[in-house]
This record gives sequence, structure tokens and C-alpha cells, in this order.
Amino acid sequence: MLHIVNKSPFERNALQTCLRLAGDGHAVLLIEDAVIAALDSTEPAATLKDAMQRLSVYALGPDLAARGLSEDRLIDGLEAVDYDRFVALACEHDATQSWL
Amino acid sequence: MKFGIVVNEGPYQHQSSDSAYQFAKAALAAGHEVFRVFFYHDGVNNGTRLTVPPQDDRNVVERWSELAQEHELDLVLCVAAAQRRGLLDADEAKRNGKDADNIAPGFRISGLGQLIEAAIQSDRLVTFGD
Amino acid sequence: MSEGAVKKLMYVNRKAPYGTVYALESLEVVLIGAAFDQQVSLAFVDDGVFQLTRDQSTDGIGMKNFSSTYKALGDYDVRDIYIERESLEARGLSLDDLQPLTYEDEDDDWAEKDSIRVVDSRELAALMAQQDVVLSF
Repeated sequence: MLHIVNKSPFERNALQTCLRLAGDGHAVLLIEDAVIAALDSTEPAATLKDAMQRLSVYALGPDLAARGLSEDRLIDGLEAVDYDRFVALACEHDATQSWL
Repeated sequence: MKFGIVVNEGPYQHQSSDSAYQFAKAALAAGHEVFRVFFYHDGVNNGTRLTVPPQDDRNVVERWSELAQEHELDLVLCVAAAQRRGLLDADEAKRNGKDADNIAPGFRISGLGQLIEAAIQSDRLVTFGD
Repeated sequence: MSEGAVKKLMYVNRKAPYGTVYALESLEVVLIGAAFDQQVSLAFVDDGVFQLTRDQSTDGIGMKNFSSTYKALGDYDVRDIYIERESLEARGLSLDDLQPLTYEDEDDDWAEKDSIRVVDSRELAALMAQQDVVLSF
């Protein structure tokens, strides 16, 4: 399953709930304001890093750039992807689930 | 791959419509099919003919109309959500005694069954919302 | 109405009713979707659990009270309704705070049975992972 989260962890509990309910080996893609969660320096980063032991996590590069967030500030191992890769991820996984 | 795309929010207020558009474009560029783009909740506002956005920014509605024309996309506005929010095609306007219709080119109004059909017929259903 | 294999379709509800339109309009999808004979289930997570509270009275806020519509789900063959235990507990709610939802089992002499199952995160995660399509609102 590809989980898509679009809200900042400071605004909404969507990412928190997503991580609670995502299965092992699933993927999480952070888009729109949720890319904030991809930064290494935030308070919630520890929870995401923990989850990355069993989930692959990605952030949409264009959304990071839009918000002035450089890709070298991301959590180690969290990959920045573009829309083409977003589409590819949706194909690779058997379904998508959006956490709004 | 056959994609169904759901847009739950209106233009400009949320990034949903933009994200959905960029996704649709990328999917089409990669040679995939977009079976339907279904607009629900405030997403029906993406279908207004009356938008006059500032010249120096993207025209969200027109962008969808153009993409639809270029790729023969099926852009569907949910009738119940559209009626609630004042998006009417000519038939709906006439049937409901309204003095105007306001649907942008490339969009059509139809029932929620179209969303379920998209869920069933598509290989992947991707939702953009709030 | 559908051709080919039946899909597992789950509707995920995470928002409280009335503050936003999502609870009402997602319920409308479920009812229309019932005609398509797919394997449908509903999940109530986070504030979504409040959609099912008993004794909702909307006179004071001037909005339509649609809570009784959930009772129709059984008649529409929607009988797999999951409520996340962690979401209930975090909000100080129990099953007693929620309206009972039932269906009539045609394979058991039309006996009335509970549609609602309270499941913990692990179980719900496993159910979600099995879905072909997840609709979020």
C-alpha cells in the first residue's frame, strides 16, 4: 500500500494515524504541507524515523522546494521524489490510501 | 495502468486540485490512462466557468479543461455536491428553475455512481483532499 | 452493475460530524455505492468515531441531523463496520456511547446481528492492507 499524507504533523494527526495503521513494508509519501514532517530537525521527526525501520518514506521534492526546504535537511534515508516517481510508486504498490 | 483520480477540494483554497493536476499530467506523460477525474465535496468548484483568477497565476479551472481536451479526459462533478454548491449545467439549471448555468468546458455533471465505477474500473484510485 | 472480480472497498472516516461536510457526503457515497455489489466495509478512526454517537440533536445549530441514516446501512448490505479501539479510548468513549448498527443475516433466518466491531490498531491495519480500494474523505 502507498500511503499519501498531505497535512503537516503540526496541523493534523493524519501522519500519526497513518503510521499507526500502515502495515510493515508499506510506503508513505509526504506531499503538500506534509513534507514538513520530512525535516530532520522537527519534534515529530523521531516518530517518523522510528517508523522508517519498517516503512519506506518519501517526500515530494517540488513541495519541499516550494516551501524553501532544501533536500539536504531531510531525515536520513528519506528520499525526495518528483511527480513522475509519485506515479511510479502508485503503480508499484497494489493500492493507495490518502490520509487527509 | 488505469488511474482514477478524486479531487475533494476547490481551486486555490487547498493545494489538492493542483497536486491532482500535476499527478494526472505525470501519469499521462508516462503513458498511463486516466479513466476519470471525479470532483467531490468542494472539489466541484473546480468546474466553474466564472473563474477570473489573476493573470500572473495559474488558471486552475482552465488548466483542467485544457488537459481534458488534449487527452480526452472524463472530468466529472458530483451532481449532489454540485447542486449544494451552486454548480449547474444547462439542464440542471432549467430543471431547478435557476437563471444561469456555470459549468466550464470539459466538465460534466453526474452521479456518485461514477465515483464507484472509477473505483471499480481503475487499477489505482488516488485521492487528493483536505 | 459491475463486471469481473469483486473489489474490497473500504471507506475510512476520520472526521467528526457537522464541523465539516465529510461525514455526511461520505455516507452518501456509501449508500450509492451499495448498489455496485462490491465487498464494502467502513472504518471509523480518530474523530470519525463521533459520527456514530447516540442522541445527536442539531436543532440548536440549524443543520440537518443525519445520524439516523447510519441505521440504513444494514438494509444496504453494509455490515462490516470497524471502529478503532484506540480512537475510542483516546476520546473517552465506549461502544455504549455509540448507536447500535445491525443487519439481518439472510443465512441465519434473518437474525439481527451487530454490524459494528471494535478492533485494535493492529487488526484494523491488517484489514486496511487487504483492501483493493480505500476511499478517504
